[in-house]
Amino acid sequence: MTDIKADIDVLRGIDPNAPLLEVNDLHVEFRTRDGIARAVNGANFNLAPGETLAILGESGCGKSVTAQAIMGILDSPPGYITQGEVKYRGVDLLKLPEKQRRSVRANHIAMIFQDALSALNPVFTVGFQLSELFRVHRGMSRADAKKRSIELLDQVKIPAARTRVSDYPHQFSGGMRQRVMIAMALALDPDVLIADEPTTALDVTVQAQIMGLLAELQQQRNMGLILITHDMGVVADVADRISVMYAGKVVEEAGVYDIYSRPAHPYAKALLESIPRLDMKGQQLNVIRGLPPALTAVPKGCAFNPRCAFAQDVCRQDPPPPQYIVAPGRTARCHFWRDVVGDE
Amino acid sequence: MSDINAVTSAAGPSTQPQMEPKHAGRGKKDKPRSLAADAWADLRRNKIFWVSSILVLIILAMALFPTLFTSADPRDCVLSRQHAGASGSALFGYDFQGCDVYAKTIYGARNSIEVGVVATLLSGVIGLIFGLSTGYFGGWVDAVLSRFIDIILGVPFLLGAIVLAKRFAQDPESNGVLAVTVTLGILGWTTAARIMRSSVITAKNQDYVAAARMLGAGPGRLMLKHILPNSIAPFIVVLTILLGTNIASEATLSFLGVGLKGDAISWGISIAEAGANARTAPEPLVWPSVFLAVTVLAFIMLGDAVRDAFDPKLR
Amino acid sequence: MSDRTEVVLETKKLVKHFPITQGIVFKSKVGAVQAVDGVDIQLRRGETLGVVGESGCGKSTLAKLLVGLEKPTSGAINVRGEDMTKLKGTALRRARRNIQMVLQDPYTSLNPRMTVGDIIGEPFEIHPEVVPRKGRDKAVQDLLDTVGLNPDHVNRYPHQFSGGQRQRIGIARALALKPEIIVCDEPVSALDVSIQAQVINLLEALQDEFGLSYIFIAHDLSVVRHIADRVAVMYLGRVVETGNDQEIYENPTHPYTQALLSAVPVPDPTLRGHRDQIVLEGDVPSPANPPSGCRFRTRCWKAQSICAEQDPVLSIRERSPHASACHFAEPRDVVHAL
Repeated sequence: MTDIKADIDVLRGIDPNAPLLEVNDLHVEFRTRDGIARAVNGANFNLAPGETLAILGESGCGKSVTAQAIMGILDSPPGYITQGEVKYRGVDLLKLPEKQRRSVRANHIAMIFQDALSALNPVFTVGFQLSELFRVHRGMSRADAKKRSIELLDQVKIPAARTRVSDYPHQFSGGMRQRVMIAMALALDPDVLIADEPTTALDVTVQAQIMGLLAELQQQRNMGLILITHDMGVVADVADRISVMYAGKVVEEAGVYDIYSRPAHPYAKALLESIPRLDMKGQQLNVIRGLPPALTAVPKGCAFNPRCAFAQDVCRQDPPPPQYIVAPGRTARCHFWRDVVGDE
Repeated sequence: MSDINAVTSAAGPSTQPQMEPKHAGRGKKDKPRSLAADAWADLRRNKIFWVSSILVLIILAMALFPTLFTSADPRDCVLSRQHAGASGSALFGYDFQGCDVYAKTIYGARNSIEVGVVATLLSGVIGLIFGLSTGYFGGWVDAVLSRFIDIILGVPFLLGAIVLAKRFAQDPESNGVLAVTVTLGILGWTTAARIMRSSVITAKNQDYVAAARMLGAGPGRLMLKHILPNSIAPFIVVLTILLGTNIASEATLSFLGVGLKGDAISWGISIAEAGANARTAPEPLVWPSVFLAVTVLAFIMLGDAVRDAFDPKLR
Repeated sequence: MSDRTEVVLETKKLVKHFPITQGIVFKSKVGAVQAVDGVDIQLRRGETLGVVGESGCGKSTLAKLLVGLEKPTSGAINVRGEDMTKLKGTALRRARRNIQMVLQDPYTSLNPRMTVGDIIGEPFEIHPEVVPRKGRDKAVQDLLDTVGLNPDHVNRYPHQFSGGQRQRIGIARALALKPEIIVCDEPVSALDVSIQAQVINLLEALQDEFGLSYIFIAHDLSVVRHIADRVAVMYLGRVVETGNDQEIYENPTHPYTQALLSAVPVPDPTLRGHRDQIVLEGDVPSPANPPSGCRFRTRCWKAQSICAEQDPVLSIRERSPHASACHFAEPRDVVHAL
């Protein structure tokens, strides 16, 4: 019941004309024994209803931490948000008290994870976990909540939802479990869904099923979807726009067609040239030299400079490259974006 | 066009294997940093580790060289000094028999530590054998030996210890040190064996063991080079804790009259003797108790600190 | 560049069933997981055979059988005319030397308590006849150099290396005994995208340099296409289709291969919605209780009554110029735009 009240408090501040979700200059650091790891170092992006934004990057680039910061589920300590705003319809979530934050998390911004088994409570049935959401946040009766749970499992295409609602999480296969998690995330009709590597643990045929389901649900509900992944194939299939992250920064943001045909940042370009393709044989795999930097020791200037084929002296010096505007709605943090994008 | 060339030429043609900077980290001195070295770096910064190891060192020094700490003879008892208070020559006063409590406490360390250490080593050997063989061989070996461990574990400790200690201490001449040591050694290994078994099973299923098996490594090599070094840390920690409890158990048995006896000096006997007059003369009871508690605590804290430092999950 | 006709490894009706038992001391068998059930593969000199399939298809068990980590229930593994499953003692040790493996996870496949030098040198200690004692340090350093690591790092421990570097250490260990065959079990799937290409390129370069034959097991069909000359597709313990990369990727004839390929996303947004998409219903059946006849029939859109009655053999068929285990095999391009 308290959550309903907290939600009303949040709703008071909401401006329906403001952008759905805006992240401005977000900084997150982890204070560890080995020093301060700057996991997110000025991330910017925004999301419109019905849009799919992919955050693409390798492990340690800060993409999952960004999602945790938006959701307000960052482990603190050691993680701290030191700067920036996360605005949902004009309300800065970082300034809300925890109780209202929780309400936003349930009702407006939901998240699904890679590992569905550990995200579900093993000692309760799936139906119980779903029903609880409706009873706590919507004040529904036990019977209504169960009915609603079955409907929801039906929507995520779990066969025989009526009987499976009383099964425990371990009785579902990997793909089905991921569907259950999607059902839980969508239970309270959020308008933003963050999916953190939702299909990485699944086989390709199951991945196709889940991505298809997500796209369908997104369209039905006109949700904004943030897809966090390292898989450039999946991104090409579903994303509208892409933010490529490297060492805690969004190094390139662009529409999906632009970035795949003419990337503007050397990292994005090199990444695209380094993956083998199903529909081609004998292509030469380009190799990105070296390793991503440790977040406790990010190189001066542009973080990518030691691995970059375009790097010049200016790249090795602070300040790091600003967000150059490549085209309307398209940015790249590279001094030489013209050279990167310009050839051919 | 030129930029594409720049990318490919910088990365090198794909036939060249050296893609990562070949001499990464060369500027640094190439010092091997083992897990033990990492653990040491960790321990060095741990206050609990320092406090407990200094305490352990002092206690060991007491056990080995009691004369460093006192010049008094613990067996020099004069009834006329019965329950005399603390003085310059006897820091903790005198007990019922008129013996120097301080000297007795210092000299008591040796028997307590000796029983504790030897019993723990004995338990360690038995536990290691049982743990390794049940964990490594599995199957019916595990089934039979594990039930045996369960049976030992099912024996109520005090009852078992009293029966065994009595059985071993037939010789009226002996002071009981051997009997108590063997008793504690035989009863104490089960937890250590179980811990060893589970960590051996974990290590056995690691990929690097499979890799060594694939190379044709025999059971001896697998156990000694791959499984043992990766599974022994929690076992050692259990032993340090066992050391503490063994010292306490010796005191318990001596207190109950089935431990050390005759003219043997130990904290347990001192506590037992002082118990009767504790209300009128608390000092002979308090001091050995304090030493006992601090010793047990020091060993357990040391074990804890070492375990934390060696636990790779915590780094 | 190398003679591609000589068969270096061949399996004949290879079967591995894991018994499902009850009881601890007195075990009784109540069933069997048919992890590998009658697999015939051939590997030629200098070639890469890709083995693909989803989790539970038996590809990892196949790898373990090939390197001797598991004993087959029945069937033969012929390496240069000798059946490995019948060898014993010295002959088996010698034969084992010839077939090595690179494991999937570079974080768990190296003993954390051993230095890199000890890890790469261990094969020489187990097989002392390969390199004399005096030459071993040099041999280890040469191996490190071969896989692109600094030879001075022999005294370092695995945790001081990155994932990609650790995988190189694993490759060096596999190379130590100068094998002809290396089984690579998902060698890049635990690595970051930008590191994968480094390791793939290294594997290719080593193949050219030493004339190695690879069995490359992976779930990533794009990586397999890149590196494999021939491909075997597995489903529930059986090979359902084999052929060269052109045949499998451009003209797959088994419905499962088609579904699998159509599900793989291609990093090209212009293909979105223009590819033939086959979405399979349901999950893979349990290998403890596989369907009768064709094992794929429960999820197949072409299934007829014959599929339940007759087990389709893996062979060349009227409409399939390469071996396919489907009664209704016919080509369908699912990779390119329609």
